[in-house]
Amino acid sequence: MDDKLIIRGIEFRSRLWVGTGKYKDFEETRKAVEASGSDVVTVAVRRVNIIDRKSENLLDYIDPKKYKILPNTAGCYTVEDALRYSRLAREAGISDLIKLEVIGDEKTLFPDTWGLLKATEILAKEGFIVLPYSNDDPIIAKRLENAGAAAVMPLGAPIGSGLGIRNPYNLKIILETVNLPIIVDAGVGTASDAAIAMELGCDAVLINTGIAGAKDPIAMAEAMKHAVIAGRLAYKAGRIPKKLYATASSLIEGML
Amino acid sequence: MKFTLNGESVETTDGATITGLLRDLGIEPGRVAVEVNLSIIKKADYASFHLKDGDTVEIVNFVGGG
Repeated sequence: MDDKLIIRGIEFRSRLWVGTGKYKDFEETRKAVEASGSDVVTVAVRRVNIIDRKSENLLDYIDPKKYKILPNTAGCYTVEDALRYSRLAREAGISDLIKLEVIGDEKTLFPDTWGLLKATEILAKEGFIVLPYSNDDPIIAKRLENAGAAAVMPLGAPIGSGLGIRNPYNLKIILETVNLPIIVDAGVGTASDAAIAMELGCDAVLINTGIAGAKDPIAMAEAMKHAVIAGRLAYKAGRIPKKLYATASSLIEGML
Repeated sequence: MKFTLNGESVETTDGATITGLLRDLGIEPGRVAVEVNLSIIKKADYASFHLKDGDTVEIVNFVGGG
């Protein structure tokens, strides 16, 4: 079945995208990423450890030839910082992809939508393929589209909360009104959450804590893989309408 | 001369280049980005860019993140 996700000409084999934060070590990261079947991994941009040069590098475990590396601007609270990190990421990496985060508040890690829009506009003009981490608000999602975003990444729930898809109805509106790939980012806590996002018609799901924080991250990575595939298939198959009363599955005709 | 590298004060010989600095630190240039006084230095310029006394240098790479 040819059902590839394509963003600005880049083909994604997997509709499950995974983060690389919070794992016990790089070996566990590698195994979980492999078990997820994903071909996209997110990374953060941070200072090189100049004191301990023997410390290992994430990319020794996650081969950039095998995986698409999607740098984020996590930890950026201003437009200026987000731009700075994005430009550094592009220089350190090999592509124009950036998962843009402009965070508005430490406690909720909700996006600063004003700053996000501003940064999206600037980076899109600089040739970045901007994937903004957004609120689940259809108005800001539309504005991000108009500002030149390549996809919109609305949150399901706060980052790391595991609360699942808190507002499926807003996501439905975003899916209807925004003509870009919609990738749910943040909040997915278990397999059913990922399946719900995909059943709604979202194009992909990005998960980090939901996998890395599980008791067995490698098993959870595999569970998420199946959930995303199942959710996508169910969406494409077209679910039955919900109704209040029963309809018999077995024929009445021929009964004794 | 003295300059600031990733927040630490360090000393090096006058006129050191980015290429030299990365080599001394044992850092593979392909996987990092280098910023001097808030301007990104392109990889093609590493060999010709000379650091000055008082410069603020940042070398970043990719780490685990979501």
